[in-house]
Amino acid sequence: MNHTDAISLTELLVDNQATIIAFHIGTVETTRLASLGFTPGAEVSMSQNYGRGPLIVTVRGTRVALGRVEATKIFVERRLA
Amino acid sequence: MSDCHSTSVPLESVIIRERMPLLALAGQPNVGKSTLFNLLTGLNQHVGNWPGKTVERREGSFGFDGQEYGIVDLPGTYSLTANSPEEIITREFILREHPDVVIAIVNAATLERSLYLVAELISLSTPLAIILNMMDVAKQEGISIEPAVLEAAIGVPVIPMTATRAVGMQDFYRVIQEILENNHALTPRLPEIRADHRVTLDEILHLIQGYVPPPYPEDWIALKLLEGDAEITRMMQSVLPIENWESTYNLLRQHDDALLAIASGRYEWIGRMVRAAVVQPKIGQISVTKQLDRWAVHPFWGLVILAGILGLVFWLTFTIGSPMQGWLGAQVVGGLTSIANQLLASAPFWIRSLVVNGLLGGVGAVITFLPIMVIFFAVFGILEDLGYMARAAFVMDNCMHLMGLHGKSFLPLFLGFGCNVPSIMGTRVIDSKPARFLTILIAPLVPCTARMAVVAFLAPAFFGSKALFVSWGLVLLSMITLVLSGTLLNKIIFKGQRSAFIMEMPLYHLPNGRTIGLLIWQRSLSFLKKAGTNILAMALVIWALSVLPNGDLNQSYLVQFGKWVEPIGRWMGMDWRLTVALITSFPAKENAVATLGVLFGSSPTAGLAQTLTSTFSTASALSFLVVTMLFIPCMATVAVIRQETNSWGWTLLNIALFLVISIAAGAGVYHLALAVGL
Repeated sequence: MNHTDAISLTELLVDNQATIIAFHIGTVETTRLASLGFTPGAEVSMSQNYGRGPLIVTVRGTRVALGRVEATKIFVERRLA
Repeated sequence: MSDCHSTSVPLESVIIRERMPLLALAGQPNVGKSTLFNLLTGLNQHVGNWPGKTVERREGSFGFDGQEYGIVDLPGTYSLTANSPEEIITREFILREHPDVVIAIVNAATLERSLYLVAELISLSTPLAIILNMMDVAKQEGISIEPAVLEAAIGVPVIPMTATRAVGMQDFYRVIQEILENNHALTPRLPEIRADHRVTLDEILHLIQGYVPPPYPEDWIALKLLEGDAEITRMMQSVLPIENWESTYNLLRQHDDALLAIASGRYEWIGRMVRAAVVQPKIGQISVTKQLDRWAVHPFWGLVILAGILGLVFWLTFTIGSPMQGWLGAQVVGGLTSIANQLLASAPFWIRSLVVNGLLGGVGAVITFLPIMVIFFAVFGILEDLGYMARAAFVMDNCMHLMGLHGKSFLPLFLGFGCNVPSIMGTRVIDSKPARFLTILIAPLVPCTARMAVVAFLAPAFFGSKALFVSWGLVLLSMITLVLSGTLLNKIIFKGQRSAFIMEMPLYHLPNGRTIGLLIWQRSLSFLKKAGTNILAMALVIWALSVLPNGDLNQSYLVQFGKWVEPIGRWMGMDWRLTVALITSFPAKENAVATLGVLFGSSPTAGLAQTLTSTFSTASALSFLVVTMLFIPCMATVAVIRQETNSWGWTLLNIALFLVISIAAGAGVYHLALAVGL
C-alpha cells in the first residue's frame, strides 16, 4: 500500500479510496461532518464526482453529499491498492 | 416536518407519569424512527410542537400485556451537540424529563455511523435499549449482523427489528419489560477519551465543579465544553465566577482540536463494538442504492427523473384529483344544497342564503379540495419514505447555486407544492441563517395545492383543452419568478453569501404503507380542521359582507370595498369581483373560487365555470390566474413566516415583495395578452 501527498477531496476520482487527513472548516460544519462519520483517519471512497457540482462520498458505510466548496476544504491522502 | 395546522400541546407532557412508564425514542434521521412510532401507537398519538419551538412533537401510548406505556418521539438528530433545535430538544428532554427508558434506534445498514448517537446517549445515565432497525435493508445491501454479539460488546440490550414489516416486536416488548423490572444484568461500556484530552477534561471538570446548574451532569458539561458546544459554553460563561471562566476559556482555546479527537474516540469505540458483530459485503458487490443512484443523481438523468416525478404529480392531480373534485362537488355539496333548499323552503330568504351561499358554499369549496391534497400528501410521503427527497436536493444543488443557496433549500421548496406552511417550517434543515431567511422569503412563490386547485378549477373553465398547458405555464412562471427573485435578493440583501452543503443520502427502501397512510390521515384531518374553522369563518364573513347592510349585493360593503380598490385591479384587467376574490384569498387561497361563487350567487361547481367564461375576457382570466399564483401568501403562511423569522420586519418585507411581484406580473401579462389579441 502506497501513500501519495495530501489532495483535496474534489481531486479524488470515482471509486478511488482515500484517508481523511484534516478539514479546515468552521466548528458547526466540523461537528456536522464528524457526526456523519468524517474524522481524521477515516476512509472515504468517492461515489460520484463529475468534476463540477456536488459530489457523493461514502464514509463508514454512509453515502454523504457534499457541496464542491465544502469538499475542497477536506484534505485526504489517496490510497493505492 | 410539521403539517399545516397541528394543534398545540400544553407545556407539560400529556402522558400521566404516575400511571404508565415513559419511553423516549431517539435516533438519527433515516433510521425508521417514525415507522416504529406509528407501529407502536397507531392512531393513539398527539401531534403538536415542542414548547417555544417549531419542531414537531409527537407522543402517544401503547399497551402490552395489560400495561400501558407512554412514548415520546424525539426529533431525529445525528449527535447531541447543539447545532439545531432538534439536538437541544433531544438532550433537554432526556436530562430534564428522565424517561424510564431511552430507546435508541439505529440503522443496521449504516450501523457504524448511526451508532454515533448511541455513543453519546450511553454517557447519559438513563437506561438505554438499542433497536437494530432495517435488518431487511442491511441484508439487501449484503451486510450481516449478529445482534447478540453486539449486545454483549456494548452492554446494552440490542433488539433486531424490521419495523416496516413489524418484525421483532415481541422481543421489543420483552426487553422493555425486563429493563423496567431491572432484570437486565448488563453493564454499558462507555466510550473513552484519549489520554491527552483526559487530563484537560479533568482540569475543566475541576474548574466547573459545584457551578453546574441541575439537571446537567458535571462530566457531561465538561465534555460538551471541550467539544465546543455553543449553547453549553454560553450557559457556563454566565454561571461560572469570572476567574474560573477565564481559566476554562484558555484551556478550551488551547485544545480546539479536541472536538475531532472526541469524535474519533467515539468512532474507535464503535469500531470495537461492531468488529465482531458485523460482516461487511464482499468488495465489488454493487448495492441496490448504488445502482439506483447511477440514474437518480446523474447530472442530466437526475433532472429528467425529477421533472418526470413533478409531471406525474400534476398529471395525477388532473386525471384523478379533478374528476373526484367534480364528483364531490356535484354529489356531496350539490346534494346538500338541494336538501337545504327543500328543508328551508319556507324559511326567511336570509337564512336560506346563509346556509346555501355562505355555509355550503364555503364548506363545499374546502371539501372538494381534499382529493388534490390527499394526492400531494401521498406522493410526497412516498418519496420521502423511499429516500428520494435527498436525491432531488442533490440534483437541484447546481440550480440553487444561482440564488446563492444549495440543494438543501430545494427540499422545503419542494414541500411547498403541497402547502407553504410545512415548507416554511421545513427551512429548518438549512444550517445557515441567511440561506434560511432567503429560502423563507421566496418559498411562497412555489404554487401550493390550494393555488393549484384554484387553477385546476378555473383553467379548464377559461381555456378548455388548453388547461393543462396553461397550468404548466403558470407553474413555470412561478419558478422563473422564484429564481429571479432569489438571485436578486441574494445579491441585494444577503450580499452573495453561501452556506455549507453537507447531507446524508439515505439508502433506498420500500415505502411503508402504514407510515404513509397515517401521514395522509393526519395531514388531511388537520386540513379539514382548518377548513372547519378558518376558511368557513371567512366564507361566512364574506357572505355577511355581501348581504349587509340591506341584502342587496350591489350595495353591499363587499362591493363597496371591491370598487374602492378596483383602480389597482384595473391595471391587471380585473373588475371588482375578481379583485374581491383575490383579497379574500388571503385567509386561504381556496377562497378565491368560493368568493366568486358567492358573488355570482352560484355554487362553486354548478354553473360557476360557465358564468365566469362568459363574463371575463381571456386576458383578464390569464391575469387573474397569474396574480393568484404570485399574490401575498395565505394567512397561515404569513403567521408561520413571522414565527420562523421571529421578526415583523422580515414578515412585512415578504408581504410587500409579493404585492409588488404579483401586481407587476398581473399587469404585464394582461397587457401582453391584449397586445397579442387574446
